[in-house]
Amino acid sequence: MAQSLQAQTSDTQPIAGTTIFDGEQAAKGYALNRMCYSFNNAANRQAFLADEAAYCAKFSLTSEQRDAVKRRDVLAMIAAGGNIYYLAKLAGIVGLDVQDVGAQQTGMSLADFKAKLIKAGQ
Amino acid sequence: MAEVVGCICTSHVPAIGGAIAKGLQQDPYWKPFFDGFPPVRDWLSKVKPDVAVVFYNDHGLNFFLNNLPTFAVGAANEYRNEDEGWGIPSLGTFPGDTDFSWHVIQSLVNDSFDPAMCQEMLVDHAFSLPLKLLWPNVASGDTWPVKTVPICINTVQHPMPSAKRCYELGAAVGRALESYRKDLKVVVIGTGGLSHQLDGRRAGFINKEFDLMCMEKLVNDPQALTRYSTNELIELTGTQGVELVMWIAARAALPGRVNKLHSNYHIPISNTAAGLLLLENQPKAHELPRRFG
Repeated sequence: MAQSLQAQTSDTQPIAGTTIFDGEQAAKGYALNRMCYSFNNAANRQAFLADEAAYCAKFSLTSEQRDAVKRRDVLAMIAAGGNIYYLAKLAGIVGLDVQDVGAQQTGMSLADFKAKLIKAGQ
Repeated sequence: MAEVVGCICTSHVPAIGGAIAKGLQQDPYWKPFFDGFPPVRDWLSKVKPDVAVVFYNDHGLNFFLNNLPTFAVGAANEYRNEDEGWGIPSLGTFPGDTDFSWHVIQSLVNDSFDPAMCQEMLVDHAFSLPLKLLWPNVASGDTWPVKTVPICINTVQHPMPSAKRCYELGAAVGRALESYRKDLKVVVIGTGGLSHQLDGRRAGFINKEFDLMCMEKLVNDPQALTRYSTNELIELTGTQGVELVMWIAARAALPGRVNKLHSNYHIPISNTAAGLLLLENQPKAHELPRRFG
């Protein structure tokens, strides 16, 4: 009994710098992630670039989500319920790859972020 | 009866698709990754499997959060790779084997697993890139040398199936493969991992020590990896490193002893620690040729 309670506790302990994309986050981020999912289609990517505000409105993004998208702020998008797999499609449209996104979230320069990864292999 | 010939586990990263399209295989950044594959290709050309059963995770090509299965098995004549939104070229279509797929599904349900059954299923880079890495000379429109059975495991949204549950799924798939009546050679492929994290202030997290321990345990003691909860895996391998469960499921489909024929490990490919492992299935004792008969 004590062991199973402990296992339960350790499974819900927060991990620093990490947002668990659970039901609560998925519900909160649904509109944002749904918009990003639409970017699998090239015409939708162009429509977003042509009129970003209108495209966000079409998917009923919350003001928090619209603001995070406008500022290209990935941490804010995650706080607003965004999931990185869908957000990566949006990042691609605005010319950011996952390494740019990693650098942005960690507050590092792209060169420093890449150097950190190379160092992890040594 | 079908024979499981071996298991291949490899990482999948969208950037690999870009590198293939640009012909960067011998570029200094990519060489340590691509140079891992020729021994696996040689083994495949020697063994010539008929079917590849592929454990992978969809990243938002076929499945969205409106309807997200924990486990999904393809039962289509072909599986298409399409635009995933991040600018890598589509790799066309991959042949299915519907008879085999329905056998796997029936056997899984008999075995108390309840997968989604997909007669239409787009397959993303986690499926298409490993196949392209293993059979690089198949051009778009060519006939693939293997038919495929895709098995998708949710690693997008929590709650995700645990390492233990994925091991049990893999073992159940192994029983399904061995009970198939046709004489086919089957290779089991697991794609994903190893350690990486794309999101949050912890982005760029890599854990070489844990990855290498997992690659070692997968050979002779894969059940040792089933002790980790999903959250423990996230802590140890990163939010996307949890894709390790694809390797665990693929390995579990080989019930007996295996020989490790080849492995490769390189950091980094994009934000990811890239691993590759080739295990050959050892025939069971009763299937070995009699030496003194």
